[in-house]
Amino acid sequence: MGRERIVNAALAVLLLGVPLWAHWAGEPFTITLATRAAILALAGVGLNLALGTGGLVSLGHAVFFGLGGYAMGILAHHAQTFTPLPLWDLPGTKSMPVIWLVAITGGALMAALIGALSLRSSGVYFIMLTLAFGQMCFYFAVSSPTYGGEDGLSIWVRNGFPGLNTLDPLQFFLLAYAVLMAVIWAMARIKASPFGLALAAARQSPARLDAVGARPFRLRLVAFVISGAVTALAGALFADLNRFVSPSMLSWQTSGELIVIVVLGGVARLYGPVAGAILLVTLEHYLGGISEYWQIALGAALLAVVLFARGGLIGALAGRPVAHD
Amino acid sequence: MTAPLLDLRGVTALYGASQALFGVDLRVDAGGVTALMGRNGMGKTTTIRTICGLLPNRAGEIFLDGHEVSGLAPHRIARMGVGLVPEGRRCFAPLTVRENLIAAARPGPWDMTRVTGLFPRLGERMGQRAGTLSGGEQQMLAIGRALMTNPRLLILDEATEGLAPTVRAEIWAAIAALRRDAGLGILLVDKSLKELGGVADRGVILDKGRTVWAGSMSTLDAALAARWLGV
Repeated sequence: MGRERIVNAALAVLLLGVPLWAHWAGEPFTITLATRAAILALAGVGLNLALGTGGLVSLGHAVFFGLGGYAMGILAHHAQTFTPLPLWDLPGTKSMPVIWLVAITGGALMAALIGALSLRSSGVYFIMLTLAFGQMCFYFAVSSPTYGGEDGLSIWVRNGFPGLNTLDPLQFFLLAYAVLMAVIWAMARIKASPFGLALAAARQSPARLDAVGARPFRLRLVAFVISGAVTALAGALFADLNRFVSPSMLSWQTSGELIVIVVLGGVARLYGPVAGAILLVTLEHYLGGISEYWQIALGAALLAVVLFARGGLIGALAGRPVAHD
Repeated sequence: MTAPLLDLRGVTALYGASQALFGVDLRVDAGGVTALMGRNGMGKTTTIRTICGLLPNRAGEIFLDGHEVSGLAPHRIARMGVGLVPEGRRCFAPLTVRENLIAAARPGPWDMTRVTGLFPRLGERMGQRAGTLSGGEQQMLAIGRALMTNPRLLILDEATEGLAPTVRAEIWAAIAALRRDAGLGILLVDKSLKELGGVADRGVILDKGRTVWAGSMSTLDAALAARWLGV
């Protein structure tokens, strides 16, 4: 077994073990922190396909994260107020699977639209275009009073999942953890598939890939759509965790935070976002309790990773990626 | 008479405002090997880039199996059956040998087994990153990658440049085997006239972006070679 697999397994066990211990020790807030880490890791895993494997530095992934959040907020709001949705007079819902389906579909469609326009550019222009789309969506949410505008939207009770009591912190964590592990498994399959390998090749040389018959634009668009859909799913879970959604989920700072998670953990590393999210949530909780300037420490950690550990935490622990037969 | 697999008529290309090709005529028959020759800077690689759609053809026509391909995107030309082994090899360095081959694979008779049958050394290096292979192994991988696209026309641009004599011999043997067994049309650029004469049945010489000679390799005599190739 390679070192990276051992590190990945250790991270998976750590993320599962801490809330189980917290449940035994009667520390429900620690379970909530672990749930937050698992959901942010899920968003990071989504971003990592575009950023890590595809080399697409998106500063607009908060659009998908926030869209997932608003999918949850809007559907739950109409369900709890017994009012129909403005479109087609459909009822709201408190069912997580339905909300996830709407979030994933919405995220994929939005990513297809943004990707189809942004992916015609590259480098700094791609970054600026994704940022511009992000800001457009942010200000749209701020100026939309129907769903709370700047104040956001609260739901009274967490949405339900068949067979689970989602109000129980441990059960909700296990649900988020299962989704995270399922998505990581799917991402591993995608990365090893001809599509994933061609996407990685397009990152190195789009022209060279074009000459062997694959169209880099199409590969990148598909990757961007999958990435957007996963990030939207994470957004729906994140809003359900907090029982609240606001335009801040759509802000460029959120996009930046997702990039920080990926870079801290290890760009293009399968479990990189898991490591990054655990570190971010840990710093946020423990240093945030000491000083409101805790982000200085986060900045220092980011500097250290970029300067001395280009493979992020995973790279520092497991070394360079190992080639597989 | 059957239509040639590849037929260039008066092909013209520019780099910005600077004209590089002034009317190139060239033909490759199905199952045949055409050697594209000329001194350095005479337009051989530019011709290949124009065939593959990496550089626009500004005038003239490029027919692949009777279909005009000028103006098509490179990936569409590749999907029509043109496999390119570019100058300088240019493998996907961070990917392994296996991953390089899978990334380019399209359905057809050429698969991993057949490629490793042609180049057994690749079979021994499947899990190794392309960037860590020797120059000769990278060249074998570049040819293997082009074959995995299951081309009808294989274009090799300076496939033996900078390689050790023993490795060059392996590459030439592979090209000869491809000619003999695979039934591919092959367009070959190389500086070694002796080896080209051994595998190619037709030859084309470019000078200053123009076709100045085309014919059977058996008719390429010392005087022509001295005049146009400086050998």
